[in-house]
Amino acid sequence: MTLTATSPAPAPAPAGPAPDLAALAARHGLVESGARPCLPEYTRRLWGRRHFVTAFATARLTAQYSRARLGQLWQVMTPLLNATVYYFVFGVLLRTKEGVRDFVPFLVTGVFVWTFTSSTVLAGTRALTGNLGLVRALHFPRAALPVAYAVQQLQQLLFSMAALTVILCCCGQFPRPSWLLALPALGLQATFNTGLALVMARLASRTPDIAQLMPFALRTWMYVSGVMWSVSHAVRGDKMPHLVAVALEWNPAALYIDLTRFALIDSFAAGQLPPYAWAGAAGWALLAGVGGFVFFWQAEETYGRG
Amino acid sequence: MADAYDARTPTVIADDVHITYRVHSGRTAREVHAVKGVTFVAHKGEAIGLIGSNGSGKSTLLKAVAGLIRPARGRVYTRGQPSLLGVNAALMNDLTGERNVVLGGLAMGMTRRQVRERYQRIVDFSGIDDKGDFSTLPMRTYSSGMAARLRFSIAAARSHDVLMIDEALATGDAAFQRRSKARIAELRATAGTVFLVSHHHRTVTETCDRALWLEAGTLRMDGPAADVVAAYEAHAKAKK
Repeated sequence: MTLTATSPAPAPAPAGPAPDLAALAARHGLVESGARPCLPEYTRRLWGRRHFVTAFATARLTAQYSRARLGQLWQVMTPLLNATVYYFVFGVLLRTKEGVRDFVPFLVTGVFVWTFTSSTVLAGTRALTGNLGLVRALHFPRAALPVAYAVQQLQQLLFSMAALTVILCCCGQFPRPSWLLALPALGLQATFNTGLALVMARLASRTPDIAQLMPFALRTWMYVSGVMWSVSHAVRGDKMPHLVAVALEWNPAALYIDLTRFALIDSFAAGQLPPYAWAGAAGWALLAGVGGFVFFWQAEETYGRG
Repeated sequence: MADAYDARTPTVIADDVHITYRVHSGRTAREVHAVKGVTFVAHKGEAIGLIGSNGSGKSTLLKAVAGLIRPARGRVYTRGQPSLLGVNAALMNDLTGERNVVLGGLAMGMTRRQVRERYQRIVDFSGIDDKGDFSTLPMRTYSSGMAARLRFSIAAARSHDVLMIDEALATGDAAFQRRSKARIAELRATAGTVFLVSHHHRTVTETCDRALWLEAGTLRMDGPAADVVAAYEAHAKAKK
């Protein structure tokens, strides 16, 4: 059949774009679509989407329990039930509480602070792969998704902290000025978590199988982070090689957990913290936060393609 | 040739665009070459229809124009940020209609203030509150027609430089279809260039002055809408 095709013949395509069209685009001030903006511009655009980030996070948080009969009450009930289970397994059955004063506050603080990191990292792996429709339909800096997921976990943490306050008061730990130290500790942890969520989002968008491995990796990380046992007890004396002791003490999750315990629990003294704990916590936050953001940005134009 | 192009203001330039998808199924990964070297220049004030059989690469090409997919080879240049009239993906069925209006508006890049200002218009346009106070109920309780109307109303609430419309949007009852057709015409008037993907050839010849016919990822024909549609129909008939 004959066609009055004006389209370019599927002739051997030139190696690069034809120069005349590129020149035409340049003459009329057209810019390349889908090109990755530079880092400052990217940051500016992400900031411009901050309302979307918070609205998306709140929407997800609300939608989570919207079908349950007890509704938003689960926001507080879930962490409380978690803490109960851990108390029975590690406090009563395995008796890790021996030698730890105020074991219930110690354990519950550990569980809640650990959960903040683990659920943010896990959410990060799904931030892009679980929202491909959104990524393929609308234009926005993709970092908005992992950041929104991290914000959702931060909101969840506030509910956990409310539950924690009740538990601490029940155990005779009442609010005092040192509790304010929990704010910088958790703030640094939130920055660290967000950076890690950005890293995981990029890795999982390329290799979705990572989502299958995460539960195992996270469980291993939890067991070495002193969630239900005391790191300072374990590294005391010469029982373990020096390198292992240093690794245990400088593990970011252990640092954030112990700093929060230090802030909230009377009997958890500064002596139980490794030296330079605050500097370590800030260093990890800076490294993960900035590094994660740059790492995520570098693959911006590839998200949603695979 | 460059001089002929220069007479009008270009809004979208596709320069030898190739798009490949990586498709994973189990342990095998395949490269799908969805668009194979498409070149065209769109100008201000044009309404361009995209036709072609299913899987010919129409939607993929639009996504590249919107900057949502980066071409494997070639370049797309645009004036301003083209937008796809698609907001469905941002909405959540477990949330109320009113919260979805806010979420969808923010997802499309509106500010909180713009969303507040346009909120009532969006709800009124969708007509979801015509029969009771549905905007305060979760979207999962809506009929499919109602949900589609709300989605279109949110998507159409904002004007765009380069606008791309997928026909699937025009759903709902006759009254709503009339309203949405009028709204699309309005959006066309304010947008620089409109792209319309459609299988309804009458819609293309009625609303577009130019059409692109894609077949198996290549551009078969580019010209006045009526001519291209006629050629495409002749081709489709010959295949039967």
